[in-house]
Amino acid sequence: MQTLTNKAQAVNRAPMSFWERLYLINIIKGMLITFSHMFKKQPTIHYPEQKREFSPVFRGLHVLNRDEEGRERCTACGLCAVACPAEAITMEAAERIEGEEHLYREEKYAAKYEINMLRCIFCGLCEEACPKDAVYLSETFAPANYTRKGFIYGKPDLLIPNPKTEATALATAKGVEA
Amino acid sequence: MTILSFDWAFVVEKLIMIAIIVFASLGIALYTTFGERKVAAILQDRPGPSRAGPFGLLQPLADGLKLIMKEEIIPTHANKWLFILGPGLAMTASLMSCAVIPWGTPIHVFGRTVELQIADINIGILYVFAVVSMGVYGIMIGGWASNNKFSLMSALRAASQAISYELAMGLALIALLMTTGSLSLKTIVEQQVTGHWWNIVYQPLGFFIFFVCAMAECNRTPFDLPEAENELNFGYHQEYSSMKLGFYLFAEYINMIMSSAIMASMYFGGYDLPFFDETTVAPNIAAMIGVGTLLIKIVLFIFLFMWIRWTIPRFRYDQLMNLGWKTMIPLALFNMLLTGALILAKL
Amino acid sequence: MSTLEILFYALSAFAIISAIMVLVSKNPIYSVLWLILVFFAISGHYVLLNAQFLAIVNIIVYAGAIMVLFLFVIMLVNVKQNSEPQKQMLVKFIGVLSGGSFLLLLVALVKQTVQLQEQNVLLKDGTIGLIHPLGKALFTDYVVPFEISSVLFLSAMVGAVIIGKK
Repeated sequence: MQTLTNKAQAVNRAPMSFWERLYLINIIKGMLITFSHMFKKQPTIHYPEQKREFSPVFRGLHVLNRDEEGRERCTACGLCAVACPAEAITMEAAERIEGEEHLYREEKYAAKYEINMLRCIFCGLCEEACPKDAVYLSETFAPANYTRKGFIYGKPDLLIPNPKTEATALATAKGVEA
Repeated sequence: MTILSFDWAFVVEKLIMIAIIVFASLGIALYTTFGERKVAAILQDRPGPSRAGPFGLLQPLADGLKLIMKEEIIPTHANKWLFILGPGLAMTASLMSCAVIPWGTPIHVFGRTVELQIADINIGILYVFAVVSMGVYGIMIGGWASNNKFSLMSALRAASQAISYELAMGLALIALLMTTGSLSLKTIVEQQVTGHWWNIVYQPLGFFIFFVCAMAECNRTPFDLPEAENELNFGYHQEYSSMKLGFYLFAEYINMIMSSAIMASMYFGGYDLPFFDETTVAPNIAAMIGVGTLLIKIVLFIFLFMWIRWTIPRFRYDQLMNLGWKTMIPLALFNMLLTGALILAKL
Repeated sequence: MSTLEILFYALSAFAIISAIMVLVSKNPIYSVLWLILVFFAISGHYVLLNAQFLAIVNIIVYAGAIMVLFLFVIMLVNVKQNSEPQKQMLVKFIGVLSGGSFLLLLVALVKQTVQLQEQNVLLKDGTIGLIHPLGKALFTDYVVPFEISSVLFLSAMVGAVIIGKK
């Protein structure tokens, strides 16, 4: 048979010689191999103290963005929910009323915005679909939780801190994520 | 009435010795479990336990606490008394073997000369053999009392393995005893201290056989057939929980320490530090140096045990028996004949 | 009473009670374990006689190896407690009679032996149980019986191998 590579080796079925049958030499060889591993560099990363750097294209937990004045960017158009292949996003729209201009940038806003992190596959299609730059995938991953309910992230979990009123919280959040 | 005519100071001295040695071996066994995990980790390019305390040094204490706190379960159909007796026997047997090991030269405290050995009986090594063969009962009784097929299978394996390798071990020992002419461990060590060479020079093959058999007696990999996880689930201590399981695991480590101590005493000069004249320093300091030397030798042996464990895979059962009966025993017999011939030729 | 005598009586009581328990126990496993205790008591007696070598060999060979094989077989055969067949009264009576007469014979023999009369046991002083005297005795005075018994063992071993090969 024609082999694809020249790496293939025929199985050697010759009876073992006396020294091979003693096994001692091979045992000593094996022990030297394991001994040499004592001096090898350990690839372990001690997690909470050391962290592996995320790649620049890493897609983690979602955040809902605000604009410079601290208003929510989301206008509840539903494009992200449509784009979502896992159907993880649901939302309810509401109309901005008089006196809420400092809270919501558009005339329509998301009264409820939920992402089920158990369904989400972190593909980033919602991020691409959003016309208002409202939803982004950050560089953190969903922490463990005791209940399924805990994995359904609502607006309070997703919204970034207000840059006007909670500037320090935003800075720390960015610092952690960076 | 001469019932109470003991030398009470002697009794107190021995009791203190026993307490020190028992607690020291428990402590060393505790840290041998830690060492086992660290060595395994380092040989596999891992850091090993590193969370509890600096470098994970408190890990064995955490493990021990966990074992004690766990729920004790005695299976309904288990034989309750024997189920409890099993781990107790295993632990007692392994602790008892430390009685005849000479830990160092005598020290002088409060005007008394204290031997650093619990009992210098003139059949020292045979005593160790007797105690080791008692250890088998711990495993057998525990395995049978669990009322579980796997436990029983593994108990039977342990017993047959122990008996098979005890034979080769004894034959290897006979060759050594032919050169030393004494069964007392203390005499054997003293001969090596005063003589020029350690017994390993005279008995390399004997040592090799003894070492392999000691590994088999301690149920260490590659001879850990009684605990073969993949065919017997967990072995003879499968039904055990809490500190009863801890006793079995501890007994294994103490066995390892004791067999290391015995091999160091018999073949590697015991408390003898090479190229060092003990008479040049004060007796007490010399004794301390001796104890330290023996401990270092024990640690090196334990490392060797672990190194082998994390290198060589387990034997199959028929391979184990073939090795014991068809390789080790003929080798040991050959070694015995060779030694006898050499002794006769010299005379 | 000296310490040695107290130890002697304690060990004797221990040995006899354990031996009775061997017979009384319904479960064969318990019988074997009691028998091991009997061997320990006997080893204790050897130690009292300063026969340390015999004591330890008794433990290694009888308590250590032979009884392990007993346990082995019993565990594998798995004798149930109640499966022991009930013996008839006549058989029991004959058993008691023959056992009793054997005991009587033994006691009478010991009592009549001239060498044993008016003799105290060599507690703590004898040397015959130590290795050197024992070895000398075995290889000089008793060398023929010793070698014959080893030939016997050899033939037993060969027989076992032949049976095993079949």
